[in-house]
Amino acid sequence: MDNMSPTVSDEVIAVKNVYKSFGDNHILRGINLTLHKGENLGIVGKSGIGKSVLTKCIVRLIEPDAGEIIVLGTDVLECDNSQLNELRKKVGYLFQGGALYDSMSVRENLFFPVRRTRFTDKKHDTEELIEQSLRSVGLLDAIDKMPSELSGGMKKRIALARTLILKPEIILYDEPTTGLDAVTSGEISELILKIREEYDTAAIIITHDMKCAKIATDSIQVMQEGVFTVTGTYDELSRHEDESIRDYFI
Amino acid sequence: MAKINVSVIKQRVRRRFRVKDETRNFYNGAFIDLGELVMFTGKVMTQMFQPPFEFREFVKHGFLLGNKSLALVIVTGFIMGLVLTMQMNPVLVDFGAQTLLPGIIAVSMVRELGPVITGLICAGKLSSGIAAEVAAMAVTEQIDAMEVSGTRPLSFVVATRVLATTLVVPVLVIFADAFSMLGAYLAVNIFEDTSITLFIHRSFSMLGFVDLLPATLKTVLFGFFIGLIGSYKGYTAGKGTESVGKAANSAVVAASLTIFVIDLVFVLITSIL
Repeated sequence: MDNMSPTVSDEVIAVKNVYKSFGDNHILRGINLTLHKGENLGIVGKSGIGKSVLTKCIVRLIEPDAGEIIVLGTDVLECDNSQLNELRKKVGYLFQGGALYDSMSVRENLFFPVRRTRFTDKKHDTEELIEQSLRSVGLLDAIDKMPSELSGGMKKRIALARTLILKPEIILYDEPTTGLDAVTSGEISELILKIREEYDTAAIIITHDMKCAKIATDSIQVMQEGVFTVTGTYDELSRHEDESIRDYFI
Repeated sequence: MAKINVSVIKQRVRRRFRVKDETRNFYNGAFIDLGELVMFTGKVMTQMFQPPFEFREFVKHGFLLGNKSLALVIVTGFIMGLVLTMQMNPVLVDFGAQTLLPGIIAVSMVRELGPVITGLICAGKLSSGIAAEVAAMAVTEQIDAMEVSGTRPLSFVVATRVLATTLVVPVLVIFADAFSMLGAYLAVNIFEDTSITLFIHRSFSMLGFVDLLPATLKTVLFGFFIGLIGSYKGYTAGKGTESVGKAANSAVVAASLTIFVIDLVFVLITSIL
C-alpha cells in the first residue's frame, strides 16, 4: 500500500460520523474511518475504548445511534435483512475467542456457512473449499477434530478458515493474537499477510499486540475518547512526538 | 426549505424505539420483555419457513429433549395417578360412588393434571436447558459468528428447538396420562379387585372428544412456548457466564407462568363453549 495513492473508488469501508452510547457511556463519538481495497488497517487503543464496538457496528451486530456506514458501496444501516445477509457474506469476522461452534467438528464448522448460505450446492466443490481453507491456515490435519481438542492458536486458525470459506472481500480481525504465545502470535500475524495475498482481501485488525501491528498492518489508527486521534504507519507512530501515543508501541 | 434527510429520520425512529436500556424499570420491564418476545416470535416464525430447512437438527433436538424428560414424566405421571386415586377413594366410598373413580381420574388427568404437570416439568427441564445452551452460545459469540456470516441463526438455533418442543411436549403428556392411569389402576386394586378391562371401560366412559381436543391443543401451545421462551431468554442473555444462569432461571419462571396463563385461557374458552 505504501506506493499506492488510495482513491474514493477504492474504498471498501467508509465509516462517517458514527455515534454509539450504552446508557450514559458514550463509546463512539463521531468516529470516521476509511478502508481501501487491499489495505490492512490496524486499530489500537485502550481496552474498553470501543474498538470492537466499531467493528460490530460495521457488520451491524450492534446498531449505531447515528452516522453512516458504507460497506462495499452499500449503506449498512439502510439494508433490509436479506441485503444485510448478502453483504455479510462478503465481510468475514474473526472473533476474539474464535467462536467455533462447539457442538460441531472442524469439518462441520466449515461446512455450516457454505450450506446455510448456499454458497455452493455441489458436494465436491464444498469438500474442495473446506480443504482449501484449512490448507490456507495450515491445519488440514485437524479436519475431523472437535473444537475442544484444539489449542487456542488452532482455534483461531480454524475460525479464520471458516471466515475464508465464503471468500470474503473484507476481514475484520478482533484481537487475532490475544491469549497466544509470542511464536504463535507471530505465525498468526504472518498468516494475516498471506491471506491478503491469497484472497485479495482488505482488513481491519484490532490489536494490542504491537508485533502483530508491525507485521500485519499497512497503517494504524489510534483510538482515544471514542474517536481516532492519530494515523500513521507503525514506524511513524512508534516515534510520535506525543508520549501517550508512543506508549502504545512500546 | 430545509431538505429532509430520510436516513436521519430513520435513525431517530430507531433510537426512539430502542427502549431496552434507557427506559427499562421495575414497572415497565415485563411489558418491554413481552413486546420484545412478540418481535422475536415474529422473526422466528418468518425464518422457520425459509429454506434451507434443518430437518436433521430438528430431529436431533426432538430426540434429545424428549429422551431427557421421558423418565421423569413417566414416574411423575405414575405417582400422580396412584396418589390421586388413593386420596379420592375414601371420599367416593362415603358417597357409594367408587365405581366413578377411574372415570374421574381419567378426566382430571387428561383434561388438567397431565398437561399442566408435564408442562411444568418441561418448563423446568427443557426451557432452562434450552435457555442455558443458547445463552452459552451467545456468550461465546457463536450466535454472533452465525449472524455475521449471513447464516440466519434464528432458523438454525431457535426454530429447530421450538419445533422440537412443540412436537415433544404433547407426546410426553400422552406418556404422563397413560402412566397416571396405570398408577390409578394399581391404586384401585389396593382397595378392591378390578379387572383391567373394567377399569379401562370405566375410565373411558367419562372421557369424550371434547376432553381430548382442548387438552391436546393446549399441550401443543405449552410445547411451543416452552421452546420459544427458553430460546428467547438464551438468545437475549447478556455477556459473561453469570448471564447463562440468569437466562435459565428466568426461562423457568416465565415458561411456568405462561403455562398457567394458557391453561386458564383454555379452561375459560372450553367453559364458554
